[in-house]
Amino acid sequence: MSLFARHQKLASFLLFILGTQAAIAQTPPPAAPVSDEPELVEFDTSKTRSIAVPALVAPAPVDTAAGNSVALGRQIAEVISSDLRASGVFETQGPNGLRAITLPEVTTPQFDYWKSRRVEQLVQGFVRVGGDGNLTVGCYLYDVGFGNETTRLGFNVPPREWRRAAHKCADAIYARLTGELPFFDSRIAYIAESGPKNKRIKRLAIMDSDGANHRFITNGQSTALTPRFSPNYKSILYLSYVDGNPRIYVYDIDAGRQRLITQSTSPTFAPRWSPDGQTILYSMAVSGNTDVYKIAASGNGTPVKLTSSPGIDVGGSFSPDGRQIVFESDRSGSQQIYLMNADGSNQRRISFGSGRYATPEWSPRADLIAFTRIAGDFRVGTMRPDGSGERLLTDSWQDEAPTWAPNGRVIQFFRTAKGSGKTSIWQVDLTGSNERQLPTPVDGSDPAWGPVLP
Amino acid sequence: MKSHMIKMAAILLVSTAFVTGCGKKKVDALPPAAQGTDYGQNATDPNAGTGQIIPGSQEDFLQQVGQFGDRILFETDRFNVDAEDQAVLQRQAQWLAQYPNTRVIVEGHADERGTRDYNLALGERRANSAKNYLTSIGVDASRIQTVSYGKERPSALGSDEQSWTQNRRAVTVTVR
Repeated sequence: MSLFARHQKLASFLLFILGTQAAIAQTPPPAAPVSDEPELVEFDTSKTRSIAVPALVAPAPVDTAAGNSVALGRQIAEVISSDLRASGVFETQGPNGLRAITLPEVTTPQFDYWKSRRVEQLVQGFVRVGGDGNLTVGCYLYDVGFGNETTRLGFNVPPREWRRAAHKCADAIYARLTGELPFFDSRIAYIAESGPKNKRIKRLAIMDSDGANHRFITNGQSTALTPRFSPNYKSILYLSYVDGNPRIYVYDIDAGRQRLITQSTSPTFAPRWSPDGQTILYSMAVSGNTDVYKIAASGNGTPVKLTSSPGIDVGGSFSPDGRQIVFESDRSGSQQIYLMNADGSNQRRISFGSGRYATPEWSPRADLIAFTRIAGDFRVGTMRPDGSGERLLTDSWQDEAPTWAPNGRVIQFFRTAKGSGKTSIWQVDLTGSNERQLPTPVDGSDPAWGPVLP
Repeated sequence: MKSHMIKMAAILLVSTAFVTGCGKKKVDALPPAAQGTDYGQNATDPNAGTGQIIPGSQEDFLQQVGQFGDRILFETDRFNVDAEDQAVLQRQAQWLAQYPNTRVIVEGHADERGTRDYNLALGERRANSAKNYLTSIGVDASRIQTVSYGKERPSALGSDEQSWTQNRRAVTVTVR
């Protein structure tokens, strides 16, 4: 059974509330500020909070399909710690270097001990193996300074999905402490690259948001480009040269089959899903001229042509409410970013800075559009949907193709090395801080971040 | 392999003569032999090195149009066919007139200094520009396919102006 088939068995993945503090745990994180003029909210990274994550306690060591529960307790703590550290908002300790805790401590922490270690926030928990073989993972967050519990959650998962329990716990802590929406429990589709620059092997691949559970989907015999996860993670849109021409296919992950999104013999590229997964946006070149089209994802509809300029109209990304599309066009003489309504009406340019602007991607929070700016070097930046507030987040030789974390606070992109053409996947937060490379088994490009898993 | 190298050197001499007098877009040097050629172009021909070239073959095509006579080059983000390009395409058309049963694919390419999707669109435009000129001088459109590789198949491997100049191209490849 594929990883995704397992993910869809969500009946087996239960989130439940431990104990009596349900009211706290059920309180949604504070919503992002809403106003007529969207604000660029910034993490206060100057005040990173120190979080300790000792190994989760396994009160009765049991062997599971994913290893002994004691080892799982440590591994889950490692993933929680790694997620929180990677967010750039926290400094984490543990589980390595921290003492083991006892089961009674999970609910009655030794606050004085943790204070003496200058810990501000404490994550503790346990792993139990039920009669059905599933894991129950308890996850508690304590404010050491105030000496109180702020979040507790429990997850019931098959042993093989222990990492998801860890991501869910890290997500709850991140949301509680930052006021932002969660994003760790999500996946990334990308293109795995190898081989020399002029004969690059490019394979469709998927992985968890932290690079774990990596899986190649295509074998590299034909070039694959620009994947996009469907919002429900059941399929992937991507470009393949499998028949010798660039064409967009929709790949069904469980069935392992793919089909063309349109039977047209013209080349199609730059695929995107609408937020509801019902519509596919794509670009098609007819007699050399590229325009933006949309078609029903069911495969039964007829294509709707949205642009008709003699210039190159390409790419595109729906606004989260599905009403607008941001795309790029060189109708003015160079690549620039344009908005239009989802029916193609009211096309208007929004980028007016120096250089060319490409690969616009609308944030899931709706407040910003990420782009690649080409002015000599390629840099990734953001602007408001009206084109104001431009901010460049990266500064390298060639950073390209931003994709948003599901919470709209982190952006991934790929970086190409001058000369060698080697590629790597990076992420950066909205302030331009905490830039870091994602671990991939080979080179990587064209990342596409999916939503938080259902 | 050694005889192949000798042949390459011979072709270089011919092509040097051919590009003499070309303007800004001339190909200055051969890309390194082991690296930077297009698919199809350096496919091993069983007759390579024996001195026998099958009439109407890809090797014959390359011999007749001259080294780099299989391609036209473009300015950054441009796709127009200028007088220099027309001369190249006219030689291709002459060869195609000799072998009326031969079909070709025109491959459109872009340099690495563009974004991926835009470069796919740009490669389409370049391939179609070459195709449109070939049909305007009498080549039947049904004999010409186009394909864009965007920035996926560079010919020259450097990250410099000279390499990018060589990579912004439309290359005609015969189909057997």
